[in-house]
Amino acid sequence: MGKKIAMETNQLAAFAMAQIDPDVVAAYPITPSTEVVQEFSKYVANGEVTTEFVPVESEHSAISACLGAATAGARVMTATASQGLALMNEILHIASSSRAPISVVVASRALSGPINIHGDHMDISSIRDAGWIIMVAEDAQEAYDNIIQSIPIAERARFPIITSYDGFITSHAVEVAEVLEKEEVQKFIGPKKPDYSVFEDKLTIGVLALQDSYIEFKRKQAEDYDKVVDIVKQVGKEYGDLTGRYYDTIEKYMTDDAEVIMVVMGSTAGTAKVVVDQMRAEGHKVGLLKIRLFRPVPKDDIISVLRTADAVMVMDRAFTYGGIGGPLFEEISAAMNDLPCRPYMANYIYGLGGRDIKPSHIRQVFEDGLKAVKGCGFDQQIKWITVRE
Amino acid sequence: MANNFNITLPEVKEIASRGVKDQPFIGGHRLCAGCNAGTIVRQVLTAAQSDEYQIVVVNATGCLEVATSIYPYTSWNVPWVHVAFENAAAVASGIEAAYRALWRKGRLNKKFRFIVFGGDGGTYDIGFQALSGALERGHQLLYVLYDNEAYMNTGIQRSSSTPLGANTTTSPAGSVIPGKPQMKKRIVDIVAFHRIPYVAQAIPGQPFDLMKKVRKALSYDGPTFMAIYSSCTRGHRFPPEKSVEVGKKAWETYYWPLFEIEQGQWRITMKPPKKLPIEEWLKMEGRFAHLLKPGNEHIVKMLQEAVDEYWDYLVRMEEMTKEKGLWTWVPPLTRQKI
Ligand SMILES: Cc1ncc(C[n+]2csc(CCOP(=O)(O)OP(=O)(O)O)c2C)c(N)n1
Ligand code: SF4
Ligand SMILES: [Mg+2]
Repeated sequence: MGKKIAMETNQLAAFAMAQIDPDVVAAYPITPSTEVVQEFSKYVANGEVTTEFVPVESEHSAISACLGAATAGARVMTATASQGLALMNEILHIASSSRAPISVVVASRALSGPINIHGDHMDISSIRDAGWIIMVAEDAQEAYDNIIQSIPIAERARFPIITSYDGFITSHAVEVAEVLEKEEVQKFIGPKKPDYSVFEDKLTIGVLALQDSYIEFKRKQAEDYDKVVDIVKQVGKEYGDLTGRYYDTIEKYMTDDAEVIMVVMGSTAGTAKVVVDQMRAEGHKVGLLKIRLFRPVPKDDIISVLRTADAVMVMDRAFTYGGIGGPLFEEISAAMNDLPCRPYMANYIYGLGGRDIKPSHIRQVFEDGLKAVKGCGFDQQIKWITVRE
Repeated sequence: MANNFNITLPEVKEIASRGVKDQPFIGGHRLCAGCNAGTIVRQVLTAAQSDEYQIVVVNATGCLEVATSIYPYTSWNVPWVHVAFENAAAVASGIEAAYRALWRKGRLNKKFRFIVFGGDGGTYDIGFQALSGALERGHQLLYVLYDNEAYMNTGIQRSSSTPLGANTTTSPAGSVIPGKPQMKKRIVDIVAFHRIPYVAQAIPGQPFDLMKKVRKALSYDGPTFMAIYSSCTRGHRFPPEKSVEVGKKAWETYYWPLFEIEQGQWRITMKPPKKLPIEEWLKMEGRFAHLLKPGNEHIVKMLQEAVDEYWDYLVRMEEMTKEKGLWTWVPPLTRQKI
């Protein structure tokens, strides 16, 4: 049993980073992840980590410096959100194609405009195709656990990783979490064994690949990316053996016999679990599927849970302009095409810019599901909730 | 901090006798015939070679980068990293930070120096912020600007380095607007006033001056900068065999003076035997052809005045800082000795 501590999630994230003791952290402040950087720089100033801290002049330079350090075989981390992640966009793609296992902590926040500093999933959704592993935590405990796991996941997969938690709702909430000792963390993540380093070989990194080679690079990257799902499962199991907290790509809550399953990501899962408990007590067969691994999509795991449901209600704290639904719905809807008989499916866009989602909203969604047609057939409409009409 | 570095350059004969395997930058690349970017890299890396440390090169996107790293080939016989156009200084910052961290943690025991090559676009314009940040943070890196005064890789568009009146594809010499309407940005001074230890200007046509400056720059465990004039046959429009001569003419007309600023002490390192009028250089390059036609005399005059003004400034700065530099390079308090 590890010890329990109470901190704001941002502080806990910095605490996890300090236990990892990365070689290089290059970072730039942005609400709601600023505190991660601030707290971490205290660890640096007090000599509690051996990290070289690079307080860069922008997020673009933060991720560029991280990538540079990764090419030198260093273990590298940073933290950001929203506009910061958006500013990094160009380099995110290059980092994944460089197979640089950088770990980035994101306190997810709305994207401007209008400018809004509160939590939603637009920032991580906007970079979903950058070739990064993206994990989303429900609460402080999971945020801590994901950050520790991010190192072996990224280094085994040889892909960069984002571990996110919801801005303000989670980032600024004080919660009790069980933590490991630093030595245990060090043992779990192991010493850094870089795949390559400019200090060891005369490497040419960042070549120009033309029509005769580019697509081969990309196919290799795509194939290796597909292997990430198994690595996340494996690391989640190893972490469970150490801590008793086992993790998978998804988390099921009362889904086995559920007629209506809600799919959700992030802090809303906590609220939804309460509603599930209430509705179960009332005799309704409702359940919850929480997505932990947003990218790559753990398609088989998702289908295995949803295949027996009569209705699937996908909750998106993000949306796509003119798409067939929110980012989660698009994926899940596409994944369900493999089934001979699709359950009723509906998409709910909610909580943008930190708008509160209440148990009553969630109950309403479940009730919509319970009323829905049984058997094959689905509802592709997108409903906005938690919005003033 | 006094700089006690002993500057000795290898003998020309010795350099010439080096085999391909010992050369940091090898031929076969796709730079245009007569491109001075390759010449600059050769001179810089030849001067940089040392028994004391190894080199890591970071390259910004641009002609030099694309022409030397076409998969599966490379011209780089030193570790070389390219990430993007605007972030070479930030990438180098990260590599340098990793170097210090790994050294401190006992995971590395080889010494390194870091050299960045960036074009004018990647330095004056889109990479300006990343450069300024890296200079302020005090990383060890020699940032080499190869200045061909336009975005050549994308087809000769104007940059803030392009001189007044020059014909580029986004500042075309038209019937109303005679080429670039603005003056060239003075990057060397802007960089120097980050209070960094060493800044210099050079041309490949004076290789020993250039190479000495490289050695001097690398003797500092901090950020240093060199602006090197890079003749471009395509963008400046002259025959390939003239490229060194054209660069020398830029110096002889005082357009591109050879000087250095060491801890705020200005020094003109090589003065041309005779100052030539600016037209002597302008007439060698197609990008200025329209300026020499009747009606544009005022632009030539403005260019000449800018040259005279800058030279006057240099002479005054040299005189003023003869006894004492304007600043002392202060490394970050956290700088550990490697
Ligand atoms: C973010 C971004 N914008 C634009 C480009 C397109 N681009 C590539 S190289 C280049 C110009 C390079 O100019 P310079 O730095 O002067 O180098 P040169 O090619 O002249 O040697 C441009 C505009 C890019 N690669 N990345
Ligand atoms: S276009 Fe100019 S800078 Fe580019 S390779 Fe050719 S000569 Fe060199
Ligand atoms: Mg250029």
